[in-house]
Amino acid sequence: MDKIPNNRAWWLVLPVFILVAFSALVPLMTVVNYSVQDIFGPGQAYFVGTEWFREVLTNERLQESLIRQFVFSGAVLLIQIPLGIAVALMMPKTGIKASLCLILLAIPLLIPWNVVGTIWQIFGRGDIGLFGWGLNELGFDYNYTGDTGDAWFTVLLMDVWHWTPLVALLCYSGLRAIPEAFYQAAEIDRASKWAVFRYIQLPRLKNVLIIAVLLRFMDSFMIYTEPFVLTGGGPGSSTTFLSQTLTTMAIGQFDLGRAAAFSLIYFLIVLLVSWLFFTAITHADKKQ
Amino acid sequence: MENSRGKNIGITIFIVLLLTPIYWLLNMSFKTNQEILGGLTLWPENFTLHNYEVIFTDPSWYNGYINSMIYVSMNVVITLLVALPAAYAFSRYKFLGDKHLFFWLLSNRMAPPAVFLLPFFQLYSSIGLFDTHIAVALAHCLFNVPLAVWILEGFMSGVPREYDEMAYIDGYSFPKFFVKIFLPMIRSGIGVTAFFAFMFSWVELLLARTLTSVDAQPIAAIMTRTVGASGIDWGVLAAAGSLTIIPGLLVIWFVRNHVAKGFALGRV
Repeated sequence: MDKIPNNRAWWLVLPVFILVAFSALVPLMTVVNYSVQDIFGPGQAYFVGTEWFREVLTNERLQESLIRQFVFSGAVLLIQIPLGIAVALMMPKTGIKASLCLILLAIPLLIPWNVVGTIWQIFGRGDIGLFGWGLNELGFDYNYTGDTGDAWFTVLLMDVWHWTPLVALLCYSGLRAIPEAFYQAAEIDRASKWAVFRYIQLPRLKNVLIIAVLLRFMDSFMIYTEPFVLTGGGPGSSTTFLSQTLTTMAIGQFDLGRAAAFSLIYFLIVLLVSWLFFTAITHADKKQ
Repeated sequence: MENSRGKNIGITIFIVLLLTPIYWLLNMSFKTNQEILGGLTLWPENFTLHNYEVIFTDPSWYNGYINSMIYVSMNVVITLLVALPAAYAFSRYKFLGDKHLFFWLLSNRMAPPAVFLLPFFQLYSSIGLFDTHIAVALAHCLFNVPLAVWILEGFMSGVPREYDEMAYIDGYSFPKFFVKIFLPMIRSGIGVTAFFAFMFSWVELLLARTLTSVDAQPIAAIMTRTVGASGIDWGVLAAAGSLTIIPGLLVIWFVRNHVAKGFALGRV
C-alpha cells in the first residue's frame, strides 16, 4: 500500500531510537575508542592509530577462526535449509496433530543456549551419554573431547538439532499460505510431486526462505555459548569460533585494543552480508 | 494414502530424534549420581526427586529462576511498549530516513553480543545499573526491539489503512484508535512478538551473565556452579537444565495457534 509522507512519524519512532541508540551507539563508540589505543590500565592509554587493525588483519589465529567460522556457517546453511524444508513438507496440515508437531518442534528453540550445550555435553559422552555410548557400542571410536572430527561433528549435529526446527517452522508457515486452488490446478494438470514442489511450493517459499537464511546466517555467525559449553573450543582450538576468540581476547587476556579492532571488523562482515540479504528481502517485498 | 503414511513416519522419526537428547536430560535428572556414573540405564531405576529437592530448597538456586523470569518479563514489556508505535510509523508513513533507520535497527539484531560485552559492562557499571534486572532487560532490547519492530511491521501492514481513516471520521483520537481498535486487530501479531522477545531473552546467556554478579544472576549462570571440587554434580545439573525448559513450554502453549504465522514474521 502507498505510505503517506509524514515526518511527524518520527515521534512514534523516537522511543525505539533512543533505547537502541543507548544500547548500541554508546558501546560502539567505546569500541571504536579502544580500537585506536593501547591500554595498559586505568589512565594509561596511548594512541596507536590503525596499528591494531593492521595487526588483526594479519593475525594468524584470527584468520583461522574466521575461516572456521565461515565453514561452520556454510555447513549450517547447507544442512539446515534443505532439512528444514523436508520436515515442513512432512508436517500434517491441520488438526491436533499439526499443533502437537508445532509445539514439539519448537522445544529446542526455547532451551537456554548453555543448557543446549549441557544437553549435548551429557548426551555425547561415552560413559554416561546415550549418543556417545551408542556410537561406541556400534564400534565407532567416538570421543568429542579428544578428536577434532568428532568435535566438529558433535557441534554441527547440536546446531542442526537446535535450529532446524526454526527453518522447518518458517517453511511450514510459508506452505500454509499457499491457496488450495493451486494444488487443485496442479492435480488437474496431473503435475508430478516434484513439479508441484518445484513450480508451486518452492517459489512461494522464497520469502520465508530468505528470512530463514538470514536468521541462520546471523545466529550461526555469532555462535558462542553452545560450543563453549560443549567443547570449550577444543580439542586445541579446532572448534573455537569468532565470538569465542574475541571474548578470550577481551576478557581473558584483557587485550582491549586488539579485541576492539577485531570487533569492528567482525561487525562489518556481519553488516555487509546482512545488507545483501536485506536488499534481497526488500526487493522481494516490492515485487509482490 | 501411501504417501501420507510415509510423511507421518518421517515426521515421527524426526521428532523422536529431536526429543531423545531432552529425554536423556530428564532421565538423568531423576537418577542418583551413583546410578548416573555406575552404568548406562535407559530409565531411572532408583527413581529420586533428590536433585529437584536441592534446587527448590536452596534460595541461591531458585532465585536464579526468579531473576531470569523478572528480567525476561521486563524485557518483553519494554520491547512491546516501544516497538508498537514505531512499527505503526514504519507501516503507515514515509518519513525522513525511514529506510536507513529500519536497516540500522535490524543491523543491531545482527551485532554479535561478544562485540558489545565489555562496553556494556562499563556502560552499566558507570550508571550504577550493574547487577540489576533492568540492566539485563535493557541490554536484551538491543536485539529484541529491532526484531519486534520487524515482526509487528509485517502484521500491521496487513491491516488496510481504511480502518485508520474510518476511525478518524468517527471521531476517534489517535491514542484511542490505536488502543481500542488497532491493537485488537493485530492481537496475534502482538502475541507472537511477545513470544519471540521472551524466547530470545530467555535463551541468551552471554550478556545476562556479564551484567550481573549476585542479585540478578540468571539461572543459566548459576548452573555452572554444579562443577565443584568433587567433580560435576550431574544429577542436579540435569534437574536444573530440565527446569529451564518449562517456562518456554508454557509460553508456546499460549501462542500455539499463532506460531506458524508468527514464525514467518507476518510475511507470507
